Amino acid sequence: MPTFNTFPWVKGPPLSERRVAIITMAGLHRPEDRPFTRDSGDYYRIIPGNVKSSDLIMSHVSLSFDRSGFQQDWNVVFPIDRLRELADEGIIGSVADYHYSFMGADDPLKWEQQGRFLSGLLKKDKVDGVLLIPI
Amino acid sequence: MPTTGLSLVRQHTETIKPPRALWVPFEFGRPLGAPNNPAFQRQVLLAALKLLEAPEGPVVLTDFPQNAPVSAEEPPVLACPYVPPAEESNTTDAEKFCQAFKTEMASLRPWYELAMQKRKRTTLGLSRLSLDEMTDFICSFLAEAPLKNPRQDIPLASELRYAADDLKAYYNEAVTAQPGMETSDSKLLAKWFWENTVAGKVLKTVREACARSQDKALQGVAAGQLVPRGFAPTPAPRPEPPK
Repeated sequence: MPTFNTFPWVKGPPLSERRVAIITMAGLHRPEDRPFTRDSGDYYRIIPGNVKSSDLIMSHVSLSFDRSGFQQDWNVVFPIDRLRELADEGIIGSVADYHYSFMGADDPLKWEQQGRFLSGLLKKDKVDGVLLIPI
Repeated sequence: MPTTGLSLVRQHTETIKPPRALWVPFEFGRPLGAPNNPAFQRQVLLAALKLLEAPEGPVVLTDFPQNAPVSAEEPPVLACPYVPPAEESNTTDAEKFCQAFKTEMASLRPWYELAMQKRKRTTLGLSRLSLDEMTDFICSFLAEAPLKNPRQDIPLASELRYAADDLKAYYNEAVTAQPGMETSDSKLLAKWFWENTVAGKVLKTVREACARSQDKALQGVAAGQLVPRGFAPTPAPRPEPPK
């Protein structure tokens, strides 16, 4: 379990002005994408913001969590429909153009460099609120 | 980058200390709490997002106060799909087992098709095999004579795991389309699949066959990627590390 010596606290505008992206650990991707592996350099998949529910499958290697919820309703894992509703109602500013999916159950310190890289990409997408979702 | 997040294991979050997190008392695999319950999902999502407006840090960890709702109705006991007894013939035990498996698969097909119509999606697709191809591929492991890997881009062992994941998804999607089953307990679903269906028995048998295989990758799949620990009869041996 990693621990950190620094505790960055970044503020931002009100929620109603935030542009929000999801980063999930559920090993989600589109059917045409490569399934997740434990190969070196295999870090994440990109989920376009306009993704449809029919476009996501799960290739997470672990058997230690329930999949039947996701099989019935993707929002129980990847709440993009709820996020879009909040954007339509003006409760959040907007939904990002890109979201990202990792396969958890690994040492998160391996991902630090990729995390910093993705942070830069999220800034280019004008994101100022990231929702991290475990599985 | 401002972040907020959900936490399924409070102790882990207390150790890592991310800037903002909402601990939720939900089971693994359901971080938003409940499928087919948009109102509840919205409550969870809003509670997490509102932490972005927390006035002071640097570490905010709060608890979501509600458990995931369960169906008000007692879920019905899941019926085992009807599989007629195999006729006596010259077929082998593996062939009879496979035939019973195919019959059970076919009996669930109307519910799977209804599920796709209702949800406008399916989570099958990892193996990229049709249902018939998937069944034949899995059956070939019963006879301990695996078919040639239908995929060129991934190893045989990975394709077996993906076919097994697709098979489990097929059963879960089909049975949860039945009346009263949309919010059913995940543990009940797992118990039904692993203890009451031919498909569950098939995967347990495939696991044993893979554990006996000379193929280290198949041994690895048998050890931890086909059958959850709670339903595996005996621990499959782990492959020896390469020397």
